[in-house]
Amino acid sequence: MATSSVIGKKNKMGQTYTDPWYMMHEAPRTPSFFTGSEVIKEAIRRASCDVMIAYPITPQSEAAALIGELFVEGYVGDYFRGESEFAVMSECAGAAFGGARVFTTTAGPGTMRAMENFPMWAGARLPIQMIVTCRGINSPLSIQPDTLEISYLLNTGMLVWHAETAQDFFDWILIGYLVAEEPDVHLPLALCCDGFFVTHTKDVVQLTPADMCLPPYDPYRSPVPCMDMECPPVRMMRDPFVMKSNYISYATHASWQQEVWAAVERSRKHTIRWLDGLIEVDNGDADILIVSSGTAVSQGREAKALLEEEGIDVGIVKIKTLRPWPGEEIREATKHAKHIIVPEFNIIGWLAREIRATIPNSDRVFAGPHVGGGMTMPPEIIAADIKALLGIKTAALAGRGS
Amino acid sequence: MSKERIQISPDLFDIMPAEYQDLVRRATYGKEDRGWKDIGMAKELIEEHSLCAGCPESMAFRYILASLPNPEDTVMVGSTGCTSLVFPHVAVHNIHSLFGNQNAVASGLKRALSLRFPGKIKDVVVLAGDGATVDIGLDMTLQAWFRQEKFTTICFDNELYANTGGQESGMMRKGFVAKMAPAGKMFEKVRLPEIARESGCHYVVNCTVSKPNLVEKVIKNAVYVAREIGPTYVQLYTPCILEIGKNSMEGLQEMRDAERPTERFAYKEYISDQAKELLAEIAAKEKEKKAAAKKQLAGKEA
Ligand SMILES: Cc1ncc(C[n+]2csc(CCOP(=O)(O)OP(=O)(O)O)c2C)c(N)n1
Ligand code: SF4
Ligand SMILES: [Mg+2]
Repeated sequence: MATSSVIGKKNKMGQTYTDPWYMMHEAPRTPSFFTGSEVIKEAIRRASCDVMIAYPITPQSEAAALIGELFVEGYVGDYFRGESEFAVMSECAGAAFGGARVFTTTAGPGTMRAMENFPMWAGARLPIQMIVTCRGINSPLSIQPDTLEISYLLNTGMLVWHAETAQDFFDWILIGYLVAEEPDVHLPLALCCDGFFVTHTKDVVQLTPADMCLPPYDPYRSPVPCMDMECPPVRMMRDPFVMKSNYISYATHASWQQEVWAAVERSRKHTIRWLDGLIEVDNGDADILIVSSGTAVSQGREAKALLEEEGIDVGIVKIKTLRPWPGEEIREATKHAKHIIVPEFNIIGWLAREIRATIPNSDRVFAGPHVGGGMTMPPEIIAADIKALLGIKTAALAGRGS
Repeated sequence: MSKERIQISPDLFDIMPAEYQDLVRRATYGKEDRGWKDIGMAKELIEEHSLCAGCPESMAFRYILASLPNPEDTVMVGSTGCTSLVFPHVAVHNIHSLFGNQNAVASGLKRALSLRFPGKIKDVVVLAGDGATVDIGLDMTLQAWFRQEKFTTICFDNELYANTGGQESGMMRKGFVAKMAPAGKMFEKVRLPEIARESGCHYVVNCTVSKPNLVEKVIKNAVYVAREIGPTYVQLYTPCILEIGKNSMEGLQEMRDAERPTERFAYKEYISDQAKELLAEIAAKEKEKKAAAKKQLAGKEA
């Protein structure tokens, strides 16, 4: 409906609603030197976003405040600071129930505070986009990067993507809406990045033209009715299922959950098309593969270069989406690998567990190295672990014990 | 939405459930002076309910739904509790999401509807239990008022957590012995109506649902003021007869007892000056309309 008819028309800011494929793939790009937070702002400028609801928490506060500037300029329909992340996510839900395209950002303890909302969002089929700029959730208090919070999102029914770079971020925020709002998907998206590393560093990002924007969200393409009284209010059920202990009630809940996960699956084809695959492989024939997501991939690339100097051939598998989980792609990509190294910015190693559960001969998976508490992950420690796996002696690295 | 929008395709009419056919034929969407007197005369916007027999919440629901001035463009937001068993039977769009977040959901919803339908009336009405409004959701209740969000908050105050079996709530009377208050509740009933006034609500009423005409007036006022000015709050005593040991026929008397002048639910209202002005304007217009109608009628008779 609205999606096709508005192409070529202008919004009140003078931006042209543009065919998304053209805008993302063919329109000229301008290189810009921006922080990750500024990149979030630039993506939202082009996203035809109706409502953004903000709450301060490092390291997303800057981005959330920058969207406020967009609101004042007129690029975002409504904007306010909510009272807590729990409330913010419920406010986002309300706006999405009312048919708005909704954006929010959070991090670490904020994600955890809001957690009850996420399976509700998925169950209510609200295609809200939430940026998660990961930070530690442990006590004592930490504001440093740590990806543990992502693991809590994996079973909420949300789409979960993990950006490596600011460029990913820019493209995926826009693409995220396109995938999440597909009628056969219509699910919330958690677009994650590693806090500080992506949000607070500057990088060259290729931006789409500022006078082009996505077509607006059309709430009537939703698989569930929009709560605006523009369509007939049907009585939803004769007996509210919540209180019934009978087979019909169980089956209803079970099938609703099945449908949420089926929608996650159905997002696969759209995501593959828009992200050019759920994973990205570099030198996949190598015996040794570094398989990871987020900033750990960048560090893996550095380690690969270090090892190449020593004549050790290493490949890289970048996992872009965690939900949908690229199980088949990872199985295929790691088919011939002898060693699969999974570096992670958390000490639990949840990604390694996911990979182990996916591939045959999972003892090939080496879970590590892990850093936590905001430590960086020097490529040397990835290289050292790989050499240790190969039985090559290395000098002990400072601070890593003997 | 107008009544046209709920029409059924003639080819499918006979296979639709009887109550839906009834809704299309005899409901009061779009009826200008709709009110509690339509109950029994027209199709109600509530079908059945799965509350306990005689639960005053069911009366409250029926009066409120009959009194909404604009149900064809009203979206309701509920919360977990006994009320959430009723909403699936209600023929206006309604949202249940979580327990206690109703005023946050309503804030986002109202803003989205204002954005999407500029210049058009879209009323948002929250209806939740006392546990949802005062205990787990207090922060969001108050913050929506601080922010002057333009919707009505209705609290079904049964002075306990009914749906989970009668536990202590902040709205419970001091000394009342309940689950989780084994030695009697230790602190006073939370004075939310006063807090509502201090928090920026423009129209606040505390009463019971013993009198349908009163409920009608209060609900209409609350919706009109929220639509034009800012947040409004209505606290209604809907006793949980099950948990206070009354039988099905005793709900009405319980409310009458509780609304005596010295009791907890003696009628109390607060109206801001701005809201007073608006309500006076509305009353004047209504008077004018009635006078005109009378005149017309007299003209016809002559
Ligand atoms: C987060 C969360 N905590 C607790 C509950 C359990 N719970 C469901 S209904 C309810 C009590 C509702 O009390 P009230 O709001 O007063 O409504 P009533 O049932 O009395 O009408 C509780 C505690 C829940 N559903 N969700
Ligand atoms: S438990 Fe109490 S409040 Fe709930 S339906 Fe029964 S009588 Fe009404
Ligand atoms: Mg209660």
